[in-house]
Amino acid sequence: MSAPTPLLQIRDLTKSFGSVQALSDVDFEVNKGEVMALVGDNGAGKSTLVKCIAGIHPEDSGQILFEGHEVKIHGPKDAAKLGIEVVYQDLALCDNLDVVANMFLGRETNRWEILNEASMEHQTAETLKTLAVTTIRSVRQSVATLSGGQRQSVAVARAVMWNSKLVILDEPTAALGVAQTEQVLELVRRLGQQGLGVILISHNLHDVFETADRITVLRLGRDVGVFDRRTTTQQAIVEAITAGIPTKVSGVTTEEVGV
Amino acid sequence: MTASADVVGQDRGAPTLDEDQVRSGIAGLWDRAWLNLRTGNLGPLPIIVGEIIVVILFTFTATNFFTAVNFVNLIEQTAGTAMLAYGVVFVLLLGEIDLSIGYLAGIGALIVAELQLPGSGHQMNGIFAMIVAIIACAGIGAVQGSIVAFVGVPSFVVTLGGFLIWQGVILNVLEQRGTIIIQDRWINYTDLYIFGHWEGWLIAAIFTALYPLSVLYKRTVARGTQIARQNWWAFAAITIGIGIAAFGTVAIANHARVIATPEGLPLAGLIIVLFAVLLTFLAKWTTFGRHVYAVGGNAEAARRAGINVPRIRVLVFMISGATAAMGGIIFAAQVNSVALTFPPGNLLLNAIASAVIGGVSLFGGRGEVRGALLGALLIGTLQNGLNTLSVSNGWIYIVTGLVLLGAVTLDTFARRLQARSGR
Repeated sequence: MSAPTPLLQIRDLTKSFGSVQALSDVDFEVNKGEVMALVGDNGAGKSTLVKCIAGIHPEDSGQILFEGHEVKIHGPKDAAKLGIEVVYQDLALCDNLDVVANMFLGRETNRWEILNEASMEHQTAETLKTLAVTTIRSVRQSVATLSGGQRQSVAVARAVMWNSKLVILDEPTAALGVAQTEQVLELVRRLGQQGLGVILISHNLHDVFETADRITVLRLGRDVGVFDRRTTTQQAIVEAITAGIPTKVSGVTTEEVGV
Repeated sequence: MTASADVVGQDRGAPTLDEDQVRSGIAGLWDRAWLNLRTGNLGPLPIIVGEIIVVILFTFTATNFFTAVNFVNLIEQTAGTAMLAYGVVFVLLLGEIDLSIGYLAGIGALIVAELQLPGSGHQMNGIFAMIVAIIACAGIGAVQGSIVAFVGVPSFVVTLGGFLIWQGVILNVLEQRGTIIIQDRWINYTDLYIFGHWEGWLIAAIFTALYPLSVLYKRTVARGTQIARQNWWAFAAITIGIGIAAFGTVAIANHARVIATPEGLPLAGLIIVLFAVLLTFLAKWTTFGRHVYAVGGNAEAARRAGINVPRIRVLVFMISGATAAMGGIIFAAQVNSVALTFPPGNLLLNAIASAVIGGVSLFGGRGEVRGALLGALLIGTLQNGLNTLSVSNGWIYIVTGLVLLGAVTLDTFARRLQARSGR
C-alpha cells in the first residue's frame, strides 16, 4: 500500500519504567480520516503508548513522525500545539460548570482577562452542530445534569474544537449503557469521516469492529500486528491479543511496518 | 466524587426538565418560580426571607432594635465579618479552608496601628499604613497558600499552624504594649465615616443602577446567546428589590441621630457592598474566577485542561489574607484601637458561618460572593438583636449555631431536590 504519509507514524518506540519494559520497538501509525483501534490486554502498553504520544511520558528511544516530520513531544502543551488531543477515560470535565465553560476550560476566550461568554457560546453551539450532537438541550446546562453519553460527547467535542488533527479516545464507552455507547460510537465514526485521525483504545471488540478502519494489537509491550477490519474477525483479534502470533493469523495485512 | 462514578449513576438519558415549558412574560415569572421551588433551586431567597423574619421578630421583642441608630451600628458591626467572609468564599470555592484569617485580621490591624503610631519613628499616613497591612497579609496568605499548593500539606493543617502562629505574634506584641490607640482619621474612617444625606442617595442610585446596566450590557454584547435571555418581569422584580434595599438603607441611616448629631450611611456599608460587587465580578466574569470554580469542581480536570492549579491556589490564599487584613482594619477602626481582645468574638467562625449560610459549599466549586454578604448580615442581625434583648453571650452562640445548622440543612435538602431533578 503506497499510502500517502501517515498522519502519525511511530518507529521503534521503546519505553521502560525502571526494570519494567513497557514498550519495546513498537511501530504504529494512523492516517488522516482513519479510525485506528488500539487493543490489547491489561498491561499490554496501550496507555503508555498513548501517554508517549500525548507528551506525558518521554520515550526512551524511537521516532515519532507527525505529518511526515519528526517531532519531540515534551508535554501536553506540545501535543496540543501539533493538534493532538486526548480524551481521557475519566472524562476530565468539571461537573459544576456548564457545557460552554467545560469546552473552553483552560483556553477561555477573553480580553483583558474578562471572559467573552458570547463568542464562547456561539463557538460551542457550532462545534456541537458540526458533530451532530443534538441531544444536549442547552449549552448552558451544567455538566452534572448530562447523561454519560452526553458528557462523553462534550469531552470529544472539546478535543475536536481546537483544530485538532489527531484525537485519542481512551475507553470512551466504558461505563456507558447500550444507547449511550451507540451515540458515542456514531460520533467517533463521524470524526473519521471529517478527516481527523482517531486512535480508539478499547477493551470492547464489538465497539472496535463497529467503528475502526484498522486495528493495532499490542501484547506485552510489543506490536503484534495491524489488522484490516474488513478482512479480519473478532476471533483473530482475540487470538492476537492473547497468543500474539500474527503471521499465523488469517486476515493480517502484510503492511506491518519495519519488517 | 470522581467523574466516572457519576457516569454510572447518570446513565439514564437526559433528565426531563420542564424548562422548555417556561412561558414568557409575567406568567413565565410564575412558571420559573414554581420550577425553581420544586427543583430546590432557591438561590439567596431563603436567607433574605430569614433576614426579614429575624428583623420582624426583634422589632416586636426588643425595644432598641428597630431604631435608625442601631441600624447604622449593625452596618458598622457587620462590615468586618462580611469582608472576611468574602475571602472565605474564594477559599471554600477551591474546596480548601483558611483557619488563620481571624488572627490574620489581628495582624492587619496591628500593622496599621503600629504604622500610624505618632512618635514611633515610623509613623506614616493612614492610607499607606493600610496598604502596607493589606499587602503584608496577602503575602502571609501567599506563603500559606504556597505550602498548600507546592508542598501539598492540607490547608487545614497549614492554616491551623497560621492560626497559632499569628495568635502568638499578637500576644507577644500586645502583652508588652497593651492597647494601641488608633488616632489616624483615615483608618478610623473605614468603619465610622458617615456620608452626608445626598451623598448617601447618590450612592444608593449608583448601586441600584449597576444590575440593570450589567443586564443591558449582556443583552447588547451577547445578543443571540442564552446568557442574554431575560425575563423582563424577573428583571424588574430584582431591580426593584435592589432599589428598595439600597434606598431603604440610606433612608433609615439618614434618619439616625446620636444626641443632636445627624448620622447617615457609614462608609463601611459602601465598602462592603463595593467589594461584594468587585469580587463577584472577579469570580463570575474573569478567567481567574472561572479557573477557581474549575479547580474547586475537579482539580484533576483543571490540571489536564492546562490550568496552572498551584498558581490559582496561591492567589486565592492571597485574596483570603488581603480580605482578612481589610476586615481587621475595619474592626480596629470600630473601636479606634487594637487590644489583646482582638479579634472580637468568634470572628473566624462567624466569617466561615456567613459564607456557609450564604450557600457556599465546603466541598468546593459552588457558591457566590453575595451569599457571604447576606450570611454575614443574617448573623450580624441575630447577634445585634440578641444583644439589644440583653441575652447572655451563651445564648447568642447557641442561637447562631442553630441558625447555621438550619441553613445548611435546608441547603442540603435543596441540593437533594436539585440532584433528583437533574440540575
